[in-house]
Amino acid sequence: MFITRLFNIRRRTAVGTALALAALALAACGGGGGSSSGTASQAPAVSQADIDKAMSTPTELTFWTWVPNIQKEVDLFQKKYPAIKVKVVNAGQGTPQYTKLRTALKAGTGFPDAVQIEFQYIPTFALTKSLMDLRPYGAEALKDKFVPWTWQQVVGSGGQVWAVPQDSGPMGMLYRKDIFDKYGIGVPKTWEEFAAAARKLHAADPKVSMTNLAQSQAGVWFGMLWQAGVKPFESPTADSIKVDLNGAESKKVADYWGGLIKDGAVSADADFNDAWYQALNRGSYATWLTAAWGPVFLEGSAKATSGKWRAAPLPQWEAGKNVSGNWGGSTTAVVQGTKNPIAAAKLAEFINTDPESTKMFATQQFLFPVTKALLADTSFVDKPLPFYGGQPVNKLFAGISDTVDTKFQWPPFLDQTVSDWNETVGKSFANKTDSSAALDQWQDRITKYAQNQGFKVNP
Amino acid sequence: MSVNTTERLEAQAPGRGEVRRRWRGVSHASTGYLFVAPFMLVFVAMLVLPLAYAAYLSLFQERLIGGTVFAGLSNYTRALTDPRLLHGVGRVALFFVIQVPIMLVVALLAALAIDSGLLRMAKVFRLGIFLPYAVPSVVAALMWGYLYGPDFGPFAQLADSLGLAAPKFLTSGWMLGSLANVVTWEFTGYNMIILYAALRAVPHDLYEAAAVDGAGAIRTAWSIKIPALRPALLVCLIFSVIGSFQLFSEPQLMQRLAPSVIDSGYTPNLYGYSLAFTGQEVNYAAAVSFLLGAVIVVASYAVLFITTRRSRS
Repeated sequence: MFITRLFNIRRRTAVGTALALAALALAACGGGGGSSSGTASQAPAVSQADIDKAMSTPTELTFWTWVPNIQKEVDLFQKKYPAIKVKVVNAGQGTPQYTKLRTALKAGTGFPDAVQIEFQYIPTFALTKSLMDLRPYGAEALKDKFVPWTWQQVVGSGGQVWAVPQDSGPMGMLYRKDIFDKYGIGVPKTWEEFAAAARKLHAADPKVSMTNLAQSQAGVWFGMLWQAGVKPFESPTADSIKVDLNGAESKKVADYWGGLIKDGAVSADADFNDAWYQALNRGSYATWLTAAWGPVFLEGSAKATSGKWRAAPLPQWEAGKNVSGNWGGSTTAVVQGTKNPIAAAKLAEFINTDPESTKMFATQQFLFPVTKALLADTSFVDKPLPFYGGQPVNKLFAGISDTVDTKFQWPPFLDQTVSDWNETVGKSFANKTDSSAALDQWQDRITKYAQNQGFKVNP
Repeated sequence: MSVNTTERLEAQAPGRGEVRRRWRGVSHASTGYLFVAPFMLVFVAMLVLPLAYAAYLSLFQERLIGGTVFAGLSNYTRALTDPRLLHGVGRVALFFVIQVPIMLVVALLAALAIDSGLLRMAKVFRLGIFLPYAVPSVVAALMWGYLYGPDFGPFAQLADSLGLAAPKFLTSGWMLGSLANVVTWEFTGYNMIILYAALRAVPHDLYEAAAVDGAGAIRTAWSIKIPALRPALLVCLIFSVIGSFQLFSEPQLMQRLAPSVIDSGYTPNLYGYSLAFTGQEVNYAAAVSFLLGAVIVVASYAVLFITTRRSRS
């Protein structure tokens, strides 16, 4: 269920050719339409009287999200605002939902009022003017409730607030204590120690790899870049973009992982498929470099290994430092063109800031919190998890959350970036070829794509 | 009594003759149009209009920055020199050349076997071969994905228990063959049914004449049945050309298992889909689709030309 926050391009729905072509024609229909608002100038704030009026007028909202059982949180909202009825629709998880959303937006009809959007997709949808700036609805006042880097993820280049954070995935390392103990490996504090441990482990037992850096998981790669301080994308102005995927820091990361994979010390199997689950259960991977939602996910997916795992921060590039990256995490956004912007904005605000609702997200759906209040809540952070030998894992990740760089930015064309990663860097992992050269290819492809799309690249 | 009834009925229906006359007034031509109308309506709305719209789209370029501009034929010239598209077309052409003959030969043998009347439980056999066609290709791809699995699939387990290396069905060298196997499994039954139906239409006197001439079962199959099947085989072949060049669902579903082997340009249709839905390049995708359509028309025509010329000579 936590695959919700992964963003490898997965197209679960099988679409036949004819259907795809029909959808293509459909998607293109009404091309001229779309809304024209949402430009740089900020809309005036909505008055409290207007908000009160909107919240007491009978309204039906549609909310697309794939969080399981989110009806519980939505019910809390409906209890507070009995006039508002929210229709929750699961329109698919990640990519399938985004595809449907784009199609509906192009068609100009059938799109929801509020929608779940992952952090990394916010610039993609902001660029196409699909999201509403929430500042007129008082969203700026929410800033201090959230962990700074999560808030930074929803803020646009012109100061717009595109969404309200829902959950996050600061990265740490889950490791098999039994395997470490058996081969006399200490918990690595730096990537250098990690590599040495990987080679030692590989020599002792070639069937176990230190970790699996999935060839199909651009999300982890971005997390690694994030930790290494790389700023792969920056948008100085709306029509220009800085693409820096193969700079010295990125190459350092690529050479590191490419080298370990070439030597066989680290595997690169595709993740979240049956073989990967089996490998986790079998103990083929001594660690899983994962996000804060990983611990509970693993508990459900590798039951056979209960009690053998522990959690630690990610190894560091510089000894003594303490930085991390993020993998996954979602927000609630309001769709441009909705007839009920106030009610939709308040829904996004309520479910993600109300103490009862956010606690429910953390304890029932196991979403990793983004509010400062909850990350300081001892009943959440001090809870021991038996799967991890009684370690209070949440506390560790709550601490890691404070070490995530706030300035990391996503490109406004994420799908293409991920797809091209799979076919360059991911492929180099799979085929054990030069990962550094693959980075150059990635940079080259994205540069060409961005130019084709009319961006001024690296001005 | 009966006479009475008839009289009464005729008396009660004075308008009947008029109605008939009025109908006769409508010309035959327009009646024809009326009957064709439902089809034409759906055909135009669902095929002609989308095609025309796609053709229109393919002449523009919609950019993320700067909006839509008229692009003339530049999408087409770009497609013609796009190495990923050309590789994809080359790949499906190779697929066609290898997979289709295998599939049609198996389908032909199965149809002849059923038609020979020598088979026990012919109906079960027929249904068994046809059944995979009824399985949705999504399910088929998932099922084969499991069978091909390098760790847990039955083939891998069998190899493991024999101390051999697991067959690498999902690696780049094997993938096209693995896909061909799935497609053959799926569509052999379908082709077999077409061929079998055609065999049932062969006049029985031909067989009797052959028997009188002393032909055995194999000779009859070779000299009477197979020549009689030529038009049906041609239909199967044309369907296969179209099917091969439009290969989509199977590679798309297998992509999850081997993402680094099946890239977004693995087959032309997959490429078009990725362009439209991953890269937001709807216009370029339309141009790619049209070019693929042209390739299919040319390939189908070439197949027709070659086969009919041979039959004439």
